[in-house]
This record gives sequence, C-alpha cells and structure tokens, in this order.
Amino acid sequence: MTKEALIAKLKEIIKPYVQDEQAFNNLSEDTDFIKDLKINSANLVDVVLDVEDEFDIEIDNDSMEKMLSVKAAIEIIEAKLAAK
Amino acid sequence: MNNRVVITGLGVVAPNGVGLDQFTNAIQNGKSGIQFHQHLKDKGFSCCIGGIPNVSEEKKLEYLTALQLRGFNSTSILYGCMAAIDAWKDAGFLVDENSIIDYNSGVIFGTGTSGIEKFRESIYKIDDNKVRRLGSTSVVQTMASGISAYLGGILGFGNQITTNSSACTTGTEALLMGFERIKIGKAKRMLVGSSSDSSLYSWGGFDAMRVMTYKHNDSPEKGSRPMSKTASGFVPGSGSGALVLESLESALERNATIYAEVLGGNINSGGQRNGGTLTAPNAEAVQKCIVDALLDSNISADEIDAINGHLTATSKDSLEIENWTKALQRKGDDFPLINSLKSQIGHCLAASGAIETVASVLQIKEQFVFPNINCEDIHPEISELIATEKIPTKSVEKEINIVAKASFGFGDVNACVIFKKYS
Repeated sequence: MTKEALIAKLKEIIKPYVQDEQAFNNLSEDTDFIKDLKINSANLVDVVLDVEDEFDIEIDNDSMEKMLSVKAAIEIIEAKLAAK
Repeated sequence: MNNRVVITGLGVVAPNGVGLDQFTNAIQNGKSGIQFHQHLKDKGFSCCIGGIPNVSEEKKLEYLTALQLRGFNSTSILYGCMAAIDAWKDAGFLVDENSIIDYNSGVIFGTGTSGIEKFRESIYKIDDNKVRRLGSTSVVQTMASGISAYLGGILGFGNQITTNSSACTTGTEALLMGFERIKIGKAKRMLVGSSSDSSLYSWGGFDAMRVMTYKHNDSPEKGSRPMSKTASGFVPGSGSGALVLESLESALERNATIYAEVLGGNINSGGQRNGGTLTAPNAEAVQKCIVDALLDSNISADEIDAINGHLTATSKDSLEIENWTKALQRKGDDFPLINSLKSQIGHCLAASGAIETVASVLQIKEQFVFPNINCEDIHPEISELIATEKIPTKSVEKEINIVAKASFGFGDVNACVIFKKYS
C-alpha cells in the first residue's frame, strides 16, 4: 500500500473523532492527534480499535502508547503489515 | 435559609408520547403505550407486552452527537438525556457546549441500571478474552452515574452531579433530594428525574418473579389494569421524566414559566418490619410517609384535590388505597380523585416516579385530571373504601390546586411529594 493510500484510509478512520475540522483539512504526517486534531484522549483507544479492524492487525500496548501522531501511526501500521 | 421551590421546566420520554406536547395529549386522551413485543416472546417471556418509547435514529441525533452515538448502547442514558435536555430548554435555557460553568445548577438523576445492554456486550467481550475491544465508553455507559455524568457535561453544570437508586421510588426521591438542596440554599436550580432502559435484561427478573401479567399478550392495551378486579400483574415500561426545580427567587428574576410549587414531601422506609419485606410494603410506614409529607408541606389532608398513586396493577393496589384512606382520614365520597399513569404506560420501574410526576404536574398546569384506563371493573376491595367516581375513567376538567404524588419501591422504601398551583 502506498503512503498516500494509507493516509487516506487513516483520515477516514479518525474523521468521526476530530474536534478541529481545519486542522483535519490540513492534515500532514506531522499532525498530532491530540494537540492538533483535538481528539479526546479516551477516544484514541477507539481510533486504535478501528485501525485494527481496518487493516486486520493487532496493535500491542507499547505501540498503542506511541501512536500519537499521523507519522507514528503510519510507521506502526506499516511495521505490523510487514510482519503479517 | 428556607427557599420556596418551584418547577420551571419539564421533559418526558414515555411509551405513549415522546416530548411534552405528545405526552400531554396522550395522557389527556388516555392513550395506551403498551404493545406486543416479539423479542419478548422469542426469549420465552410469560409477559410479551410492554411500553417502549418510540425514538427514531434521527431523533437521537437531536440530543447526542454522531461521535457520542458511536458504540452507544444504553437506552436509559438516551432517554434520560432527551428528557433532561428538553426540560432544561423548556425552562428557558440554552444548551451550548461552550457555555461557562454554571455553579448554581446541578443534576440528581436516578436509574436502576444505566446501560444493561452495554454491560452485557462488555461481559461477552471479556469472557471471549477481548477486554481490549471494549473501547472508551463501556465504563461511562455502564456506571450508574453515567446518566448524570453525560448530562453534567452536555449542560456544563458545576453544582452537585449525582445519581440515586431506590427501585420504583427513584424518580420521586430524586425530586425530593433536589428540592431539599435548593430549599437550604446550596443550589439555585436542580435538574432532577430518572430513567429506565428498554431491555429484556431489565425486565426478565420481574417475569421470573411472576409479578408481570401474562394474560394480555393478545390484548396489550388492556394489559395494564391498576385498581381493576381483573388486574393480573404489572406491565413493564421504560423511558424517562425530568423536571427543572428552581428557587422561587431565581424563577421570578428570570421571569420563568412556573408549572407548580413543590410544597414539601417525605422519604422513609418500613425497615422490612411489621409486614414489610424486600418486596412488600410495611403499611404503617407508607401511611407515616404520607402523613409526614403533609406536615412538611404544612397543608391539611382535605386540601388535596388529586392523588397520583403508585398503583402498579398487582394485588397490592387495594392495600395502597387503604393506606391512603387511613393516612388522609378520607374515604368514600370524601376521597380525592385518584389516578395511575401505569394504566397507560405500564410500570416504568426506576423511571416511573419521574414520568408520573411530570404527568401530575401537568395536571396542575393544565387544570385537569387524566383518566385511568382499564378499570371499568373496579376491584371490590377498593370500591368498599372509596367512591368509584373518584377513579375517573375519562379526563376530568377541574380546578386543581394541590396534587399528592407517591411512589413505593422494592426494599420497602417510600416517597411522597406535594405539589401546589403557584400563586
């Protein structure tokens, strides 16, 4: 999967949780889920579950803790997909 | 401090009407909200009828955001939010997520269980070794105080935010707790009420106890028969009622509509002694609860124009009427008009006190007494105690000044509250 395709899928997943529409429209690899998109920290758990469902992977607790930005999410998803 | 307390807002989600207009119209016309439910039959319930409010997916989005509704599975919280938000708006307030914290307003909103379907869903996931898959909202949807927590956030309240639970007495108790808080000056406004979910998991235990009727599966609207000779057990219901209580001073400052004044009331327990058990009332305590409510309200029994009873349509209805006659020292032709909303919507369990209180207050605002349905054959033990004309089967237009409302619950707990037309 290309990085662009991955980001597009990720955008679909996080859309319902985003509280800052403008930051969402300008989403880049450097976007932080909590600081920029104002996603409620409790909802990050739900984002991870949705990512697991979408990509059919399992995200362990350590990876989950690191998954705070678009960049980190992509790295984790790519690593888990490669390990499948 | 001894503030006078008035009601300035109402909200309701009931099996026979969602929203104040629909509900008012329904109770005036004696509209039944009881229907046959196939899912009860499919699960082997003896009683396959019940009262479930009609709420569309579209309607939910008027109260909760799409995000709040993701993985949402609690009708108790849904109904509670709907009734309470409606009541808050009805009192003339805005609902604005960016509002400043209102330290003068609080919530006491009761329930039996807040989200039993969500609880079931969570238990299945854990038993399936999938605790990670619970998501972020299983706690708030299943904790008893989930309902008050949702409301506190939606409305931005900074006063007390809590939940009470006392079986069928819950809603009436919530009202009296909010009343006392305003009376002593600890809050200006309290949003009070209760809710109960539409779930066979809430209703199953009652079916197992054989306290629900199984004789009206083919005639659901005839099933709930409080005070009737042919009453054969209660019909389960669900929904929510909410009231905005406010100090008279605050209501007058805002020039708010005043539905009625809460004069006073009383909460007590029969201690599961002298005939009282976990499931049956101690008659002496019931009478004392009513008498003490009158004393607290500083009125005499002969001032009561109408009673809204607990009256569930079980074998205990005659005993309740007897208790009223003894507590008020009024019987026969001298007895006030009496009605049971359960005839129209069934027994809404933890929500019953709040929904029935909303109906009681509407009687004062609109000056009528709503009809009892399904009691054309009044139980002889009851007609021996009070004149049958005191049990209206059609809506009665009448000057209504004072209404007494009582609820009696499992655990041998009682509550009685007295409302008066504001003047």
